[in-house]
Amino acid sequence: MEGEIPTLAVEGLKTFFFTKLGVAQAVNGVSFTVRKGEVVGLVGESGSGKSVTGFSLIGLVDPPGRVVEGKILFRGEDLAQADEDRMRSLRGRRIAMIFQDPMMTLNPVLRIDTQMIEAVRAHEKISEGDARIRARDALVQVGIPSPDERLKAYPHQFSGGMRQRVAIATALLHKPDLIIADEPTTALDVTIQGQILHEVQKLCRETGMSLIWITHDLSVVAGLADRICVMYAGKIVEKGKISDVLDSPLHPYTNGLIGSVPSHNRRGQPLAQIPGMTPSLLNLPQGCAFHPRCPRAGASCLVEPDITEPAKSDHQVRCVNPHLETS
Amino acid sequence: MSVFIIRRLLQSVVVIWVMSLLVFGGVYLIGDPIDMLINPEADQEDIDAAIRALGLDKPITEQYWFFLINAVKGDLGSSFIFNEPALQLILARMPATMELAFAALFLSIVLGIPLGMWAGLHPNSLSGRSIMTGSILGFSLPSFWVGIMFIMFFAVVLGVLPSGGRGETTEFLGLQVSFLSWKGLSYILLPAINLALFKLSLVIRLSRAGTQEVIHQDYIKFARAKGISEKRVILVHVLKNIMIPVVTILGLEFGSVIAFAVVTETVFAWPGMGKLIIESIDQLDRPVIVAYLMIIVFMFIVINLVVDILYSVLDPRVRLQDVKA
Repeated sequence: MEGEIPTLAVEGLKTFFFTKLGVAQAVNGVSFTVRKGEVVGLVGESGSGKSVTGFSLIGLVDPPGRVVEGKILFRGEDLAQADEDRMRSLRGRRIAMIFQDPMMTLNPVLRIDTQMIEAVRAHEKISEGDARIRARDALVQVGIPSPDERLKAYPHQFSGGMRQRVAIATALLHKPDLIIADEPTTALDVTIQGQILHEVQKLCRETGMSLIWITHDLSVVAGLADRICVMYAGKIVEKGKISDVLDSPLHPYTNGLIGSVPSHNRRGQPLAQIPGMTPSLLNLPQGCAFHPRCPRAGASCLVEPDITEPAKSDHQVRCVNPHLETS
Repeated sequence: MSVFIIRRLLQSVVVIWVMSLLVFGGVYLIGDPIDMLINPEADQEDIDAAIRALGLDKPITEQYWFFLINAVKGDLGSSFIFNEPALQLILARMPATMELAFAALFLSIVLGIPLGMWAGLHPNSLSGRSIMTGSILGFSLPSFWVGIMFIMFFAVVLGVLPSGGRGETTEFLGLQVSFLSWKGLSYILLPAINLALFKLSLVIRLSRAGTQEVIHQDYIKFARAKGISEKRVILVHVLKNIMIPVVTILGLEFGSVIAFAVVTETVFAWPGMGKLIIESIDQLDRPVIVAYLMIIVFMFIVINLVVDILYSVLDPRVRLQDVKA
């Protein structure tokens, strides 16, 4: 693995929203890498900047937001500098995205075949018939029964889980190097969620594509991701191998997140909570953004901490007072 | 589908019947046509003879019953003034009005949707704001005044377009139409724009609101994430979604375009139904007024039915399906 160019290397990414009320620093200096075939979980609460990070990668941040700084190195090419034509030729072909709400990601007035065939033909000059075969094969791949019939249906004739499968099939059409999945199972039933997770894991293994899985649900990434980045208020506060981070969290925020997942082991005990709520991005606390909610906060937290050097350990944290004693 | 249409037709019969009651009663209350029809110097004997000849001596209920029986047979009475069947009188003038209405509808669609989408996509640009300001003017300026200004400017000051009338027409599928010759077009242009102005503003507003709503939907973002061209995103994904409200409203409004072409036709001396109804009201020509209103009601009903069917074609979610056996 050493020396190989990673599929994606994000360095110091900053995406700000220039609103009338001020500048919202939604993504504020995020760095991480995704190697070939690797699944990286991007975890955080609502408003932590995880979705904006995902949209920044494919150049689809809604105005008034824009990427103001940093590098997005996709197989060595800096996408932060790429023009719109280049981005469009990469979107859907080399980098695909799946969204949170399967009810909303398919255009309600267009048939599935229209929506899949246009995705094929956006990047390849092939006949409609060939494109249809590709679309059909993609539906088979994600486990949709009688694909020929389903291609002629409209989105409202599908269940939520089936729609998400269609979205995944659409993302797979060009066998991309990287898929960005923005909470794709959040809106689904638990049983369907399990099926989709299983399907995605299988597809990653089979095709060797990389995956960024954005979620607020630690239990989802626990079984799926190789590595995990925990985001808080636009910054990555902790990252490392999934086992390292979940078994011995260093940042009090990660610890709090793990504590708020209900578990059979702690039956009967009150569920741990993180007090307070995520700060407004327009008005972040001084120093570490988490300190007003942090049980371990002290005077030193008023100075912004740097993330620990990766040289020391793959398990990095951005905290002056991490949970070292437990690890 | 067929059950739906049959039910709608039955409802329509009831609507038409209620409307006939209201119209007949209303027109009866307006005034006595005899004063308008008869020479002021006629003596009482002549007046009584005229009243009897027109059937106005009978009580209102009997008059209504007589009207209803004939209406079912397709006879809506004869004009007091022209002494011709009212229905024929109106139908003879219908093609002119229909052509004007379709021309106005055409203008509202081909100008309104692109302008509205542009304003929706560039809400803060100068062009976007100008379009919206223009649409407010289109809404609020009185139609007759705009018509007169058009005549002043294009016919009187510039002298490039005729001030009124229909000019010569060309025969097309057995109808006399204006749009097939340059001369005819020059006559229909001003009245069509005048009549279109209000609908155009409406379409601009609907398209803009629709575009602004649709453009932020996840499916637009997903379409972009597929890498399809921006042109296709706008012309297929956005346009097809905003067509649903636009078609519904335009369909429903089409009836009112026909009904309220009255003002435009009067200003531009356009020889259509609207001009006829204004003259008939002036002269209290009851059968023509009643027949005109009945035809308008009938048209509204047909248009609504067509819109419902069109709507289901555009929006697969409301598509009416026959129960499968």
